[in-house]
Amino acid sequence: MNLLIKNGFVYDPINEINGEIMDIAIRNDKIVESVPERTSKIIDASGLTVFPGGVDIHTHIAGGEVNTGRLVRPEDHEKDFVRKTAITRSGVGYSIPSTFTTGYRYSRMGYTTVMNPSMACLEAKHTHEELNDIPMLDKATYPLLGDWWLVLENIAKGDLEACARYVAWMLEITKGYAIKIVNPGGLESWGFGRNVHSIDDQVPNFGITPREIMCGLAKVNKMLNLPHTIHLHTNNLGIPGNYATTLETMKCLESIPSDGKPVVHITHLQFSSFAGEDWGSFRSGAGEIAKYINNHDHVTFDMGQIVFTDTTTMTADGPFEYTLYQLSGHKWVNTDIETETSGGIIPFHYKRKNPVNAIQWSIGLELALMTKNPWKVFMTTDHPNAGPFTAYPKILAWLASKKARMATFKRLHKKAQKKSLLPSIDRELSLYDIAIVTRSGQAKALDLKEKGHLGVGADADVAIFNLNPEEVDIANKYKTFRRAFSNAAYTIKAGKVLVKDGEILQQSDGKTIWLDLQTSKEIEISEEIKRKFREYWTVEYENYPVSDHYIKHSSPLTIKADV
Amino acid sequence: MVQEKLNLILLTGRTIDQGVGKESGKSTKLYFDSTTMCYMDETDMNKLGLRNNDHIMATTEEGSVVLRAIKHPRGAMPGMIYIPYGPWANAICSSKTTSIGMPSFKGTPVEVKPAPNQPVLTLEELLKKEFGR
Amino acid sequence: MSKIDAVTCPVCGCLCDDIELTIADGVVAQVKNGCAMCEAKFFSHNNDHRLKTPLIRKDGKLVPSTYDKAIRKSAEILAKANYPILYGWSSTDCEAQRVGVELAEEVGGVLDNTAVVCHGPSILSVQEVGIPTCTLGQIRHRADLLIYWGCNPWSAHPRHLERYTAFTEGRFKGSEWKSYINKVKAAAGRKKLRSLERIGVLKHKPEQVAPTVSDNKPPAILNKKGRKLIVVDVRKSMTAEMADYFLQVKPGKDYELIQAMRALVRDQELDVEEVAGVPVEYLQQLVDAMISCQFGIIFFGMGLTQSPSKFRNIDVAISLIRDLNMRTKFAIMPMRGHFNVTGANTVFTWQSGYPYAVDFSLGYPRYNPGETTVVDVLLRQESDAGLVIASDPASNFPRKAVEHLVKKPLIVIDPHMNATSLVGDVVLPSEIVGIEKEGTAYRMDHVPLPLKKVVDPPKGLLSDEEILRRILKEVRKIKSKKLEAA
Ligand code: SF4
Ligand SMILES: [Zn+2]
Repeated sequence: MNLLIKNGFVYDPINEINGEIMDIAIRNDKIVESVPERTSKIIDASGLTVFPGGVDIHTHIAGGEVNTGRLVRPEDHEKDFVRKTAITRSGVGYSIPSTFTTGYRYSRMGYTTVMNPSMACLEAKHTHEELNDIPMLDKATYPLLGDWWLVLENIAKGDLEACARYVAWMLEITKGYAIKIVNPGGLESWGFGRNVHSIDDQVPNFGITPREIMCGLAKVNKMLNLPHTIHLHTNNLGIPGNYATTLETMKCLESIPSDGKPVVHITHLQFSSFAGEDWGSFRSGAGEIAKYINNHDHVTFDMGQIVFTDTTTMTADGPFEYTLYQLSGHKWVNTDIETETSGGIIPFHYKRKNPVNAIQWSIGLELALMTKNPWKVFMTTDHPNAGPFTAYPKILAWLASKKARMATFKRLHKKAQKKSLLPSIDRELSLYDIAIVTRSGQAKALDLKEKGHLGVGADADVAIFNLNPEEVDIANKYKTFRRAFSNAAYTIKAGKVLVKDGEILQQSDGKTIWLDLQTSKEIEISEEIKRKFREYWTVEYENYPVSDHYIKHSSPLTIKADV
Repeated sequence: MVQEKLNLILLTGRTIDQGVGKESGKSTKLYFDSTTMCYMDETDMNKLGLRNNDHIMATTEEGSVVLRAIKHPRGAMPGMIYIPYGPWANAICSSKTTSIGMPSFKGTPVEVKPAPNQPVLTLEELLKKEFGR
Repeated sequence: MSKIDAVTCPVCGCLCDDIELTIADGVVAQVKNGCAMCEAKFFSHNNDHRLKTPLIRKDGKLVPSTYDKAIRKSAEILAKANYPILYGWSSTDCEAQRVGVELAEEVGGVLDNTAVVCHGPSILSVQEVGIPTCTLGQIRHRADLLIYWGCNPWSAHPRHLERYTAFTEGRFKGSEWKSYINKVKAAAGRKKLRSLERIGVLKHKPEQVAPTVSDNKPPAILNKKGRKLIVVDVRKSMTAEMADYFLQVKPGKDYELIQAMRALVRDQELDVEEVAGVPVEYLQQLVDAMISCQFGIIFFGMGLTQSPSKFRNIDVAISLIRDLNMRTKFAIMPMRGHFNVTGANTVFTWQSGYPYAVDFSLGYPRYNPGETTVVDVLLRQESDAGLVIASDPASNFPRKAVEHLVKKPLIVIDPHMNATSLVGDVVLPSEIVGIEKEGTAYRMDHVPLPLKKVVDPPKGLLSDEEILRRILKEVRKIKSKKLEAA
């Protein structure tokens, strides 16, 4: 099938196309040079904005933790339900939508690829079963490896080669895409109810520090030639004063050799940029963080932007969720996973009139706006932690329009207004910048070569928005902009038109992308692991891997490792 | 003095034989034997003049069922009877869900009396009696 | 003869995946590592109680039929119904459960699983207060205080202690336990221990000592280091007999007891001498042991969910664990019964948002336990058809609920003859999941495990998943014809 998208204003930052009027030709599921007009389906995009399909680098949409979040929040679903139609399945929202609904809602905003950032390896099958039930999107998922015993033991021993082979093995058998590290060392400590409080604290029973874990895994990441960097949730996340820990963390990774490429992605950086000694003196540390990032090229980050709403926090950072529980007294889920990781869930309502929440809101925007290079910044809410992904258009408006953010700013708690840097920031992201922070930059950071752009050979994933950039100044008419980005005029994925004017036209499964890592000593590693298996886990070795049965549409990416 | 009947508390639950029985097949003898019995405290049995395997009639608001009385093998449980899960137990346990969906399988008042001349019904007989099928 | 290792046992929520089978002539000949229930199940694929052919009720009698006819008939029943119930699901695989949700949505029915009569109240409480919990390996590696409350794993989860808790060697915990086993072995004799493990209560009655109600005095061992096993129950179960400490609670008094413990954890003074039959002094000792452990866990069962206070018992038990986490590390876990009831909750939740009692009659998922729970629907006599799969409500539901179930057209899908298939109108035999069909199940702690196909099913039999798919397809056909006609 050929498809020709004619005369749209095209934004394709990877190919440095900034709003030129041009045609995009599609043959089957790829973008091609040209297609014969006569035999092609034509989409008249004149007066419309054409973007590559959206890419989300960090969104919790599937797996044990997400689903437990769904289970504990019937009150979240009751107010937001979705009827079955002839084409689509029924479901519920709000902050943790059911699987089908998740796919539909992303697709309606022009997204085509999303990354599920937090997978407990022992429960990897669960994550993949859910990913199979999320239609409309290509997906990948990051296994949690930062507190896995075999990582801790081998780094402590100083045997990075062995560590790399274990990590390669785990990435492959869990069908994962990147190394996820959450509060390194803190999760193992949490096994006995403790935590680490600096990157140089000792992890009980293991003789290792968070610094060693992060540096070790960053090196391992390099040895394995992984497409993405280590994906890091920092120590002390969510604690006043933690921006200092974050600075130290970035500094400690400066020395990792990188050929000028990023070494670490710090996720939901907003939660790691708190200054002040306690909640009373709480203020933004975004200035210091942004300054550092502007002067160094080994870091990328996503925002984890707060939106004022009732949502559900969920993270592998069990001790952090415990802190939230102590603060809120709300219903609290904690789930520790043997040998690997932990996890927690707390419902949370971010309020404009709460000074801390209001400052958090400001921090996220300050970080994004004060970081000069948009290729280092990605727009997320760490869905659903700082707000549901359906709030993205709102955040884009805040980024693109000072008028939009000041409209919200005016209604914040007075104390927060006084502490915020936002009034002094005039920067407004252009549509070109918006394309970077919502797709091109994210695809580049993930090294997904066929995503995030519209060049020949790219996947035919395209989002078209009902916005005429010649007529609408998005900084001024931010509501028009927001509306356009809430409901795509068209979402095209793998060459199929899935959405038109915000309505689902057809349901389509996406692919699951995973790393097929080629290491030289594969056999040896499985013998070692087999021996340890019954000691470490409560399941049998051969029942642990995610077999092909659990991947509906498999899309392996072959990588040759250096070990 | 032997009493005619006792008012006790009904508990239903698992036993290993009931578990093995249900996995072997609901029409096996093991399943029948293990779900048509009723654990009682020794003192309560003495009060009714019962010996192991004597038949009793257990009656609640919901209905009556005939079972075999068995002395509880470990420790005392005066005032309680314990019937393994199964159609016989369910013929008498309370259907009240107290608005949360869960019937009351434990803690229902029950009247127990000896039933020397009444048979324990087979599964088919029980279904016929209860549901006409 | 062939051997198959690492087979997952499709019986209880322990989901032991270390079963070794010997297959001879297409039949399971030997089962290694499994408990008595496991053996019974693996041998059952070949017994006389299998359903081998579809049955349809004619003139009051079930008569043999074909899959085509039985599936067609089932689809007609469901397509015609206004408010059908689709119940069971806990002893089949997630693959079938996924189709089940789609079918329930298509016919606008009430979808419910067996949690409604076991841990439904636990789910309600978790939705109120959350749950601090963990996977079972975490217990094995770290727990030094194990409490089984209102549950009896020796009978319902026979290998729970040996695989995950008391009898295991963990990274940080375990060595002290060995001496305990030796102690028990010496006291009970090896033979008895083995027979208790494998066969259970009835056949091997220990000598009768004059039974006494427990005086509930805690033993000195509670204050010592090392792993300790405590059982709280209304009667002395097999598990209680193994425990370091058996606390006998009066029936229906669990709530009071736990509330008192919460007060003691919070260092409040109690102005009474005893609570629920337990002297406060003893209770204080127990609470002290809980506070001073490194990692404690409460496993709870039907003793809490089915006795009078139901979900309030669980509410307060979880709250106790929340309080204890201010002092030390403590977790709590429901002892899920059927091998894949956790899977049913999991699949229902990811597709519909709700773990059980999901009502699709308005075209979207709705959840209101007490109203949309299947027992209540039956008691209110609202359903006009039923599909029961992988479960036996005629054995497990109270009589009044079954009465209405039987009154309306009833479809039953099961590998074996049971009380429900005896009273059904259309009976569809199926392959045994985990023996004749591969699939996925979730252990009681949410760990997903693969189920294996180890022997061929009887000729011509279909799987649950396939039967449901075909019914769904037929229902859609019937509905689209109706649309065309209209
Ligand atoms: S404990 Fe449960 S899962 Fe394990 S072998 Fe026995 S019945 Fe099977
Ligand atoms: Zn996250």
